[in-house]
Amino acid sequence: MQDSGQISTAISVAFPLALPQIRLMFARLVALLIIIFARLITAVRAIWLGSDPVPEQRVYFANHASNGDFVLIWSVLPGKLRNKTRPVAAADYWLTTKLKTFIGRSVFNAVLIDRNPETRAGDPVQQMADALQAGDSLILFPEGTRNMTQTPLLPFKTGLFHLAKQRPDIDLVPVWIENLNRVMPKGKLIPIPLVCTITFGQPMRVQQDETKADFLERAQSTLLALSETARE
Amino acid sequence: MADSFLFLLGCVLAVLVVATGIGRYLVFKSGPDGPSLTVDNLNARINAWWAMVALTALAFLAGKTGVVVLFAICSFAALREFLTLTNIEIADHWAIAAAAFLVLPVQFIAVGMNWYGFYSIFIPVYAFLLMPIFSMFSGETDNFLVRIAEAQWALMISVFCVSHVPALLSLDIPGFEGRNLFLIFFLVVVVQSSDVFQYVWGKLLGKHKIAPKVSPSKTWEGLIGGVATASALGASLYWITPFTVLQAIGMSVVITIMGFLGGLVMSAIKRDRGVKDWGHLIAGHGGFIDRLDSVIFSAPIFFHIVRFYWDVH
Repeated sequence: MQDSGQISTAISVAFPLALPQIRLMFARLVALLIIIFARLITAVRAIWLGSDPVPEQRVYFANHASNGDFVLIWSVLPGKLRNKTRPVAAADYWLTTKLKTFIGRSVFNAVLIDRNPETRAGDPVQQMADALQAGDSLILFPEGTRNMTQTPLLPFKTGLFHLAKQRPDIDLVPVWIENLNRVMPKGKLIPIPLVCTITFGQPMRVQQDETKADFLERAQSTLLALSETARE
Repeated sequence: MADSFLFLLGCVLAVLVVATGIGRYLVFKSGPDGPSLTVDNLNARINAWWAMVALTALAFLAGKTGVVVLFAICSFAALREFLTLTNIEIADHWAIAAAAFLVLPVQFIAVGMNWYGFYSIFIPVYAFLLMPIFSMFSGETDNFLVRIAEAQWALMISVFCVSHVPALLSLDIPGFEGRNLFLIFFLVVVVQSSDVFQYVWGKLLGKHKIAPKVSPSKTWEGLIGGVATASALGASLYWITPFTVLQAIGMSVVITIMGFLGGLVMSAIKRDRGVKDWGHLIAGHGGFIDRLDSVIFSAPIFFHIVRFYWDVH
């Protein structure tokens, strides 16, 4: 007993991050620094059109063009909401290096799902539903990958529909992120300073007898319409 | 120096207190529907002025470094707003990153070092030639001239021009040693008060539009009233400058007219790009460029006139 205590003390002195509390504090600090940096680069502003920043459980679904997307959504959410809002991100991206794992797991507290159906162990929709069950809100990018095309939105993956079917009681809030794709395009390490806006639209829910195709079509056009309002 | 500074700060605070009082009175007097949008905006502007005055006073207290850092931050915010409205593409990413994180700090460091020979040509010569080279290497030729011209304009307006405010500290004027901060005070107070007076005179008497297509709110009455009032204020400040009363009036007329025209040019750009304000960070005013546009156009001219006639070089 004594030995193992000494060993763990020795470990925590040598690697303070091995201690969960210190790891958590450090993760919080990193999160704060990332948010300050994101605000410095983008002067991001939230526009609430049709929904309010209130502590309600929600699924935010947004366009995806940059790795900074959920950082930006996160940084405009009031602190109380932020701590209860988890991004859904790709395990096959965020678990590749130690640094990314630390940021994905500890800093962003992401729900990490494996995008590859061949290799994955769990059902991603179930993972998201579990997070909702635990009382957290989610940030979801239904395009499934960063949009590098000229079109404003890629076709949505089906996860949003299945999640909405499982939890029809939870509001789905469309979120349009404007300009971040220019701040930090895929493959660029240094961001450039440009003003960004995050527009939160009117919440939607899946209707009783709505088909998958109809629902996804409606969700996409809602987000597209929001992007046009946001630009005006 | 310290006495004069405190006296001037006291004057500015007194003006703000009076303005705040008037703003509150207008709210108090407004009917059951609450104050009009104009009154709301007026109060937002006055509140923002408190913050701007507080920050500027702090920077002045911190001396030269404080002022250089303050204007470097303003410059960064202005550059961020300007770039947002340009057509820059992924192909220009490295050129723009270099502009924001290399050119901008180097320019302000050179200003802080009093290195006139460098900061006066760094952006018009070196950045001007090197940035298109960066963009050219990307191989993207669509819109090339538009992109590189916009990037250079962004740097000239947001960095080069803004840096001429703290550059006033590097002027060497015999008999005026250690008092250069007052040149900045004179420039900023005269130009900004001219904006305020133009707004007030325009609201009171404004009839004849100067440039209805560019900025419908700008009138001859506002301009003449604003320039005259601000120049009178400038004349009353002659004792903190190296100027005589007449020179102070002449300087005030030049910088307020440059400021006015600068505001119009920046409005034309906003109109071209279909926006009302450059940004949203200064409540009631819009963005940093909305507040700084007149200073941006007057600072380099003011700097060079003072340098030409008063500086030993």
